Amino acid sequence: MDTVIETVTIRVMLPAHLRTLARVGSEVALDVAVPATIASTLDALEARYPMLCGTIRDHDTLRRRPFIRYFACEEDLSHQPVDMPLPEAIVTAREPLIVLGAIAGG
Amino acid sequence: MSKVRVLVGTHKGAFALTSDGKRQNWDVSGPHFAGWEVYHLKGSPADPNRIYCAPSTGWHGQVIQRSDDGGKTWEPVGNKFAYDGTPGTHQWYDGTPHPWEFKRVWHIEPSLTDPDKVYAGIEDAAIFESTDGGRNWAELPGLREHDTARGWQPGAGGLCLHTIVLDPGNPLRIFVAISAAGAFRTDDGGTSWKPINRGLHSQYIPNPTAEVGHCVHHIAMSPQRPGVLFMQKHWDVMRSDDAGDNWREVSGNLPTDFGFAIDVHAHEPETIYVVPIKSDSEHFPPDGQLRVYRSRTGGNEWEPLTQGLPQSNCFVNVLRDAMAVDTMDECGIYFGTTGGQVYASANAGDTWAPIVRDLPAVLSVEVQTIA
Repeated sequence: MDTVIETVTIRVMLPAHLRTLARVGSEVALDVAVPATIASTLDALEARYPMLCGTIRDHDTLRRRPFIRYFACEEDLSHQPVDMPLPEAIVTAREPLIVLGAIAGG
Repeated sequence: MSKVRVLVGTHKGAFALTSDGKRQNWDVSGPHFAGWEVYHLKGSPADPNRIYCAPSTGWHGQVIQRSDDGGKTWEPVGNKFAYDGTPGTHQWYDGTPHPWEFKRVWHIEPSLTDPDKVYAGIEDAAIFESTDGGRNWAELPGLREHDTARGWQPGAGGLCLHTIVLDPGNPLRIFVAISAAGAFRTDDGGTSWKPINRGLHSQYIPNPTAEVGHCVHHIAMSPQRPGVLFMQKHWDVMRSDDAGDNWREVSGNLPTDFGFAIDVHAHEPETIYVVPIKSDSEHFPPDGQLRVYRSRTGGNEWEPLTQGLPQSNCFVNVLRDAMAVDTMDECGIYFGTTGGQVYASANAGDTWAPIVRDLPAVLSVEVQTIA
């Protein structure tokens, strides 16, 4: 019997440069296995859009790039553990997970 | 009739400037990768529709884009530049050991014969190769593992491998230049490398004639005479007639021998071009006069080329990869400035006119001559 993996839909908002790189609109919807986390959401994002590999987090260490931030529900999750379950409003798709570039970089 | 396509990398995107063989009227397309910093883009000599481009941003790091239709459309390819093995350390500005870290691609050099083969020069200094059209990149580690590498120190712009010159007569021979380690050559396709800095004299290092440590800004070579190299060093314009084994100064009567760009006429291997810059602390032309200098004698005797170039109040810079030549019967010369101008001469430098005046700061200029 096949194992059924329970998933939720996570909305992810991307910064402008990554929208053009991945050729998507401001928001993408991803099916992510529960419990959805920042790490598993980014895994799903990079699996669907491999050109984003290395642009949000390091290829090998998977550490967030220095000028990238993760916001959700008016909170900065950038310094939270990436394997922490996402807030309820995100996993029910009422709110997006926002990936954005910090005000830096020129 | 042939046409030319000038590929321009800027601080905020890439542009393609195209013209027919007269090189008087130009079409401008771009910005491609708007907002991305494009250190370099270059077309494949084996397939002019194949262009490789290296955009990056401080937020998102490096990507590599490839076009297979002459720059009309682009596809992101591989952007993973992982050093081979455990990379160890080089020297930091303060002399302490510093881990080798990938920062960006400075230079893309497509193979002369295979559109799918391409080299990348990166910071921190290393050379990478792709044999599948840019999808996967592998370091040629022999360079970074050279005995001297632990002592390499970054220049002001970083420890960057910014120049790659391929020898059309010998596919196993490659020249590279690193700021501020110097020039290196491989004769076995990139497995082993040797410093080729004999004859360079640099006052800013403890031993001015050291084997490595020289801030080489750029190297140019005529495809017709691969053994003859010309170099713009931090200070000094140099020449080698033996593939870099020995260098001699040919600065001659230049008003200043500091500069970044240097190139060779497409059909006259003794005709070379530089853009003298006032000094390492004042990165603009002497006296506010933008002048290309041409030598028809392989160096030492230089003439200023001024017609069509601003001769007052001009304080731009011309960076190392921002000069190129086409291969039309009457050789065209092109260069871009940090003020956003791209100047062209369709008569080997006698007269100049701007193709565009108001681009973002120009980082690189390459030219394709397309049949």
